[in-house]
Amino acid sequence: MRHLLSTKDLTRDAAIALLDTAEDMADVADREVKKLPTLRGKTVVNLFFEDSTRTRVSFEVAAKRLSADVITFSAKGSSVSKGESLKDTAQTLAAMGADAVVIRHSASGAPRVLADSGWIDAGIVNAGDGTHEHPTQALLDAFTIRKRLHGAASRGRDLDGVTVTIVGDILHSRVARSNLWLLTALGAHVNFVAPATLLPVSTEGWPVELSYDLDEAVDAGPDVIMMLRIQGERMNAAFFPNAREYSRQWGLDDERVARLPAASIVMHPGPMNRGLEISAGAADSPRSAVLEQVANGVSTRMAVLYHLLSGAVEL
Amino acid sequence: MSTMRVTGATLPDGSGVDLFVENGVFVPTAPKGSTRIIDASGLIALPGLVDLHTHLREPGFEHSETVLSGGRAAAIGGFTAVFAMANTMPVQDTAGVVEQVQSLGERHGYVTVRPIGAVTAGLAGEQLSEIGAMATSRAQVRVFSDDGLCVSDALLMRRALEYVKTFGGVVAQHSQEPRLTIGAQMNEGALSSELGLTGWPAVAEESIIARDVLLAEHVGARLHVCHISTAGSVDVIRWAKARGIKVTAEVTPHHLLLTEDLAASYDSRFKVNPPLRRDEDVLMLREALADGTIDIVATDHAPHPVEAKDCAWGEAANGMVGLESALSVVQTAVVDTGLIGWSDVARVLSSKPAEIGLLDGYATPFTPGSPANFTLYDPTASREFGVGDLRGKSANSPYLGRTLPGRVITTVHNGYPTVIDGELLDSAIVAESAEAHRG
Repeated sequence: MRHLLSTKDLTRDAAIALLDTAEDMADVADREVKKLPTLRGKTVVNLFFEDSTRTRVSFEVAAKRLSADVITFSAKGSSVSKGESLKDTAQTLAAMGADAVVIRHSASGAPRVLADSGWIDAGIVNAGDGTHEHPTQALLDAFTIRKRLHGAASRGRDLDGVTVTIVGDILHSRVARSNLWLLTALGAHVNFVAPATLLPVSTEGWPVELSYDLDEAVDAGPDVIMMLRIQGERMNAAFFPNAREYSRQWGLDDERVARLPAASIVMHPGPMNRGLEISAGAADSPRSAVLEQVANGVSTRMAVLYHLLSGAVEL
Repeated sequence: MSTMRVTGATLPDGSGVDLFVENGVFVPTAPKGSTRIIDASGLIALPGLVDLHTHLREPGFEHSETVLSGGRAAAIGGFTAVFAMANTMPVQDTAGVVEQVQSLGERHGYVTVRPIGAVTAGLAGEQLSEIGAMATSRAQVRVFSDDGLCVSDALLMRRALEYVKTFGGVVAQHSQEPRLTIGAQMNEGALSSELGLTGWPAVAEESIIARDVLLAEHVGARLHVCHISTAGSVDVIRWAKARGIKVTAEVTPHHLLLTEDLAASYDSRFKVNPPLRRDEDVLMLREALADGTIDIVATDHAPHPVEAKDCAWGEAANGMVGLESALSVVQTAVVDTGLIGWSDVARVLSSKPAEIGLLDGYATPFTPGSPANFTLYDPTASREFGVGDLRGKSANSPYLGRTLPGRVITTVHNGYPTVIDGELLDSAIVAESAEAHRG
């Protein structure tokens, strides 16, 4: 694997291989010394043009557990916030000898531009680009689902026949896009539930079923229900009238979560707006896999960096 | 004063002819004395091309283009006249600025430069600019446009149509409903959703055109619609024309050839406003050009410096250069596909844009007494279009690396050559010829 830009580029087999590697990496976390020497001497740069403490820290921990040297460039306090261009920053990092660049950018496609530009030769990992994709989030979500369903017997398994309902701001969600492609490649059925204003105007050709009605979606008893974060500024742009109405119609409240099958998994990419898209009861219920998602993020990102940098088996 | 004899040219209607030029105009018989002889056998003689929609960037953005460099780009593309859009800095919204642009064009001489005046002061969309002053200035402005921005306020648009009518001019509208296109990056559809790029919906163009044709009808004014890009816009224009509304429409070469799929690379050379659309839009635009619903092709030549495109899609500037490639792109999109012939090309790229812009001298090309503005074009040539084919200051062409047919061999402006043997004449020589022509 040269870069990880989009989950659309991953085949079923490549995705399973990545998840299996992540299983191996998860085992490392249970050891007394949580560190592998695999990427010693490699330099991983976290290039964050947009704030995201969680994702940045997760990638930092992942790289450090593989013994890579980690440099973090974040927007605040660096030349990045002073209008330095993507090109100049990339060329600077190339001159410093970065082997991999983990990039978070507010512009969709920025990682692809970096990968295609010739400005830098490093492997590029998309850590979230605009409203396009967030591939490692989808990988950690798939990992979490597989682990919940198959436990220790997860290795080698896909998600054939698993139903996943993703609820909320699909229009602006890079998590929804990356999950759609990846989960579908793994054999899952994906549904999007949202008000029409928060669904793309066209999803022609997408392997997804759309619905406006969360109650129907809950009563269908999905294996997984994934709630997306709602940004406050969407209200001002007339996507919905106010938080109360959104929460009533599309929030996973205590009553709705109680109607889900006991085995259903409740997920959220975080950070959560408790009381808006998800109630505290739902977030903290035994169905919730929110904290597992965070933990699995590190192993999944270790797997991605490993495949990018170790010269391991081709995906 | 240069005299000229062009032998063996084929006119747009297919007839063969020798052309004679003296004192800047066509003459019926060979001029006496020493004459420049141009062998045009195998070449098509087209009337000098007229671009109703060019961004020359001067004054204010001379790092992107100047009147001189844009004139050179135009000449190598076969153009002899360009209308320069108003979004300069300072804006072409006063007599002083339009006269400056006009005189720069006259001095450099590669093409006739006709400045377009801003509709609203500073392109701010709030109050009318000094339309009368520009119309009666030495630049004699007749086309008014806020291009780049839409005159979105309905009342202001109504007033603009009425006021411009007072001076015999035309408003050229950039049809883009601003609220429907906040942050818009590409055509809205399944692909924009997949790429995570904010959509620019077709309705944002079509709704403004619909409103404007009704306003034009109501006040009895003439309206020109810039760069239409959607099949729905064609429907609206067709309806308006059938109703007798005085509306004309233009399409760019790139909207006749390129589609939104190119955005999937996030290569910002393909970022343009209005955006590239779907296949079905491209096919409808071609048909509409062929059946006359769309009146003209205009380039929307929009030069940008390297740094404005060498970045993420969302951060990149909108626009493509188009003067150097326009004729080749029209050939590949609508001539080689059998939709139109060369006499139609002459109409949509010369006589009709001149008529819309009230530019004299293009109504009866090649006839004795008409200004000698023409280009000799080799439609059998084929080339991989590259940076070396560009002559303006900027290289933001979407066609780099693409094979395009045809090549401009000679361009003659007001009876003096600007391009010979496929290459521009030196700017000092052209400026001298222009000065001699002015007398």
